[in-house]
Amino acid sequence: MAHTRTPLMDEMTVRRSVSRMAREITELVGGTEGLVLMGIHRRGDEIAALLRDEIHEAEGIEPALGSVDITLYRDDLGVIGPRPVEGESTLPSDGIDGRVVVIVDDVLYTGRTARAALNELMDWGRPSRVYLCVLVDRGGRELPIQPDIVGRKVEVIGNRRVEVLVPELDGRLAVEILKDPSGDS
Amino acid sequence: MTRTVAHFGKDLIGLEPLSADQIRSVLDTAEPFKEISERRIKKVPVLRGKTIVNLFFEPSTRTRISFEFAEKRLSADTVNIATMGSSVAKGETLVDTARNLEAMRIDMVVIRHGSSGAARFLAERIPSNVINAGDGSHEHPTQALLDLLTIRDHLAKIEGTRVCIVGDILHSRVARSNIYGLVKLGAEVGVCGPPTLMPVGIEELGVQVFRRLEEAIEWADVLNVLRLQLERMQGGYVPSLREYNRVYGVSTARLERAPKDILILHPGPMNRGVEIDSDVADGPHSVILKQVTNGVAVRMAALYLLAGGAPEKAESAKGGIEA
Repeated sequence: MAHTRTPLMDEMTVRRSVSRMAREITELVGGTEGLVLMGIHRRGDEIAALLRDEIHEAEGIEPALGSVDITLYRDDLGVIGPRPVEGESTLPSDGIDGRVVVIVDDVLYTGRTARAALNELMDWGRPSRVYLCVLVDRGGRELPIQPDIVGRKVEVIGNRRVEVLVPELDGRLAVEILKDPSGDS
Repeated sequence: MTRTVAHFGKDLIGLEPLSADQIRSVLDTAEPFKEISERRIKKVPVLRGKTIVNLFFEPSTRTRISFEFAEKRLSADTVNIATMGSSVAKGETLVDTARNLEAMRIDMVVIRHGSSGAARFLAERIPSNVINAGDGSHEHPTQALLDLLTIRDHLAKIEGTRVCIVGDILHSRVARSNIYGLVKLGAEVGVCGPPTLMPVGIEELGVQVFRRLEEAIEWADVLNVLRLQLERMQGGYVPSLREYNRVYGVSTARLERAPKDILILHPGPMNRGVEIDSDVADGPHSVILKQVTNGVAVRMAALYLLAGGAPEKAESAKGGIEA
């Protein structure tokens, strides 16, 4: 019962997108002053790290990196049950008060994860501005949340899954669409 | 996505019915909860809207406050009820109290009770989740879990570690829960205490009995020193506190003869100068205050894992909706 995998982006395409997204971030923020890239655990962390490297290369300054694990901010504990809390939320040492935070995730779908990440950020401090940056926007929003910076926008029907593969976890960099053969279509 | 939490039933009554996987799952879940207590805003919204009743039929400061911190840091609403002994048959009072609380629509009960089996008795009669915060001389699961977490923090593993529990084993729910948990996780467990306070047949739980504290110290990596409940004096179990301290008191002089450094745990509250000397309690190998800190994290983990509602749905939902 293997999933059928359809490639959406290969390594080169991901790298080109990330490099454009990095430029868009510095353009939007006006440089790297006060910039914090905040990855959503776990693959958002990896995309945030790629963006940091790109920005470092282009601007000569390494932007601050943080991470949020939104498990305890989810809205589906009563529906789905407890999930393992895998990551720890980590902040830059000087916090996020008054800084420009770019929330980074791999895939934007219902918007519920982004909602949870926003709530968690507000518990951590008071950023001056928050942006949302995702590698893939697959549509299907259930909340009024839109990204500011997008790598690739694609409409994917509900029973497919968009998977971002990263070298640290999967040994390669790519984006694929998974179709469960047990699904209806 | 790769890892899931072990499934739990409705209640946490003791460590005896839990599997090693379930115990590890609580300890692993406690890890990220430690960090929440270090935040500026020490609160996550995961149990928002849940009502938890802390039903304490026995005096307790540490455990009750630790549970209350854990509940509040998960955003639950809490009510504390402290009821001292009652003349009515205990079972009846207990269930009536709980049913009245249920009628006010609660979600969870944390219960401390003087009678062994009280937590299970309650759990079988109400639909709310029940967590045992100590029942008679039966079990005190969250205390044992925090002891396990503290040992794992300091020695990196529990398997193969030699842990000796010292003191009143007979009346101690902490000892019982610790033995179940440690044995399941593969530790070697010893017990040491006066013969009058050593249950007959304790070896059947898979522990080694030490008659002399010196032998236990020679053998152990960890000493978990139990509080000598002073009411045991009236029961004639120990001749005098001074005598107890002379034979079973953990002192620097005794520890200095140990072949290696020994980690010192104590569930509190301590009788300084009775079961433990001050210079040991405050010494470099004491992790007694770490236990207190870990207690909040472990209780947060237990509350989180039980409050989930329908864990069987986690499997079917996994890999589905959102990355």
